[in-house]
Amino acid sequence: MSNVLTLKNVSKTFGEVAALHNVNFHVGDNEIVGLLGDNGAGKSTLVKIITGYHQPNPGGELFWKNERVERLTVPKARDLGIEVVFQERALADKQSLWRNIFMGRELSDRLGLLDVAKMRSETRRLMNTAMGFTSSAVTAESTVKTFSGGERQGVAITRALYFQAELVILDEPTMGLSLSETRKCLEFVEGIKKAGKAAIFIDHNIFHVYPVVDRIVVLDRGTIAGQFMKNELSLQELIDRLYVVAQTGHLESKN
Amino acid sequence: MSSAHEAPLSRRAERSPFFRWARTYPLQIGIVMVAVVIWVLFLIGSPRTFLSGDIYVSFMTTTPYFALIAIPLTLVVITGEIDLSFPSVMAFGMTAFDVIFTWTGSYWLGFLACLVAGLLAGYLNGVLVVRVGVPSLVATIGTQFLWRGVVMVITNGQGLGMTALEPTGLHAVLVGKLAGFFPMQFVWTILVALVMWFFLNRHRFGAHVYLTGDNIESARLMGVNVGLTKTLTFAVAGLLSAFAGFVVSVGLLFFWPTMGDGYLLNTLASVFLGGTSVFGGTGTIFGTVVASFIIGAINAGIVAAGLTSFWTQLIYGLIIVLSVSIQTLLAKRLT
Repeated sequence: MSNVLTLKNVSKTFGEVAALHNVNFHVGDNEIVGLLGDNGAGKSTLVKIITGYHQPNPGGELFWKNERVERLTVPKARDLGIEVVFQERALADKQSLWRNIFMGRELSDRLGLLDVAKMRSETRRLMNTAMGFTSSAVTAESTVKTFSGGERQGVAITRALYFQAELVILDEPTMGLSLSETRKCLEFVEGIKKAGKAAIFIDHNIFHVYPVVDRIVVLDRGTIAGQFMKNELSLQELIDRLYVVAQTGHLESKN
Repeated sequence: MSSAHEAPLSRRAERSPFFRWARTYPLQIGIVMVAVVIWVLFLIGSPRTFLSGDIYVSFMTTTPYFALIAIPLTLVVITGEIDLSFPSVMAFGMTAFDVIFTWTGSYWLGFLACLVAGLLAGYLNGVLVVRVGVPSLVATIGTQFLWRGVVMVITNGQGLGMTALEPTGLHAVLVGKLAGFFPMQFVWTILVALVMWFFLNRHRFGAHVYLTGDNIESARLMGVNVGLTKTLTFAVAGLLSAFAGFVVSVGLLFFWPTMGDGYLLNTLASVFLGGTSVFGGTGTIFGTVVASFIIGAINAGIVAAGLTSFWTQLIYGLIIVLSVSIQTLLAKRLT
């Protein structure tokens, strides 16, 4: 199986703190990878390197479809087809829905002139199809701060989908969602798989991660503690192993 | 039974064009209502003054002096920053004019030097805030004193007579009369407002101005170059401050090295009364322009009412405090 994304020997230090240490990580074509780890394990740092927000320390290499990428930036990552649904949703509360959907990637011509009509009409179309907004009180002009947690997540996810993502990264997507909203979010992850795309699914809740992923990677204190295909382990075995990771920093028990 | 009727009615109301329009432009509608109320009060209080055309020509003559700055300052405030250095930048630009005009004898070169000086002063504010990381409130208070000091040192506190420019085309273009009635500085204000409105609402730069001020971290994560956006708003504010300084000097045919100090309060009052949020992320050019003319009218009203100019400070201060308080309370209520 060829890989859509490969990281080789990636480290990241912030001042004295080593957030990631010699991480080797990959995502296969049409593969859903669950990324598990405690707070401070380095999950968010890894995501921010993959999205071009942080640069890895010298020596680390990043490959997109087996081609080396030099100095990845946020716009470059998006051009490649890497989309993120951030933990904090990365929304601008006081702005309209359409401005949020097209944030940082406004539809414009070479001179930077906006196609506002197109962005509004595309937003209206997405509201009916992808976001499932039915209330007539919500329009493309509505400000995002009036939305519920699920609606906000819908906006963040729809935004990631709209731009033909090859690899979708979901950073704690179920945080703060109700049961039915969580269900919808997990269906969305399954939808990515069906559409032939790849995803990295990060969540604290392994009950959310386990059912929808192909492979699970466990990160601990900045290193990959271990990884395995889902069909190698039952959910109960996974929980037991994670307990061992928390104790020893390794996925496999030493004794 | 009644509730079954009410639900579709309220939904219909929400769908009606007027309702949508009112919800889309609450700030603009609010500021126009404030303007109308104040105008009616003035009409009642002093009908002879406010029914003649002269007072409106007077508004169109003097309001642009600070409206020209309030318009780009709106962009700075929308990004979540503030620029308090513009009074000194007005004088700094004119000092550059003074030096180049005295040296070369060309007022066109002097005018160009004035604009370049303003642009550089604004750019420096941007660098201090974005690159060095100094809070804009502190950085621009610092540059306010810095540029005023530079002006005083270079001019030695001496003013410059501008009567040589009176017969020139530059004078006619900047402060002459259009169709024998409209002061050209008013025409320039409208032009600047239209260009700024266009960039704020129809250009990627403006979209990034709003996003940067609303949630800088989100904007950064989504690939907005927030540093460049902020630096550009500061540079434009500097450029137009110098331009306003030139318009004032050529309008009054004299440049005082202390020029600009009197514009701090009314410019800030125009931005905040116009509905631009102190917290960043929201604000309109339309609101600022209407608010500028309200502030200009209040000044005339104070004089017409026979009060001393000491009252202007009190009232402008009150307007700033009230408008930012109302904004803060509204923001709390809505979140």
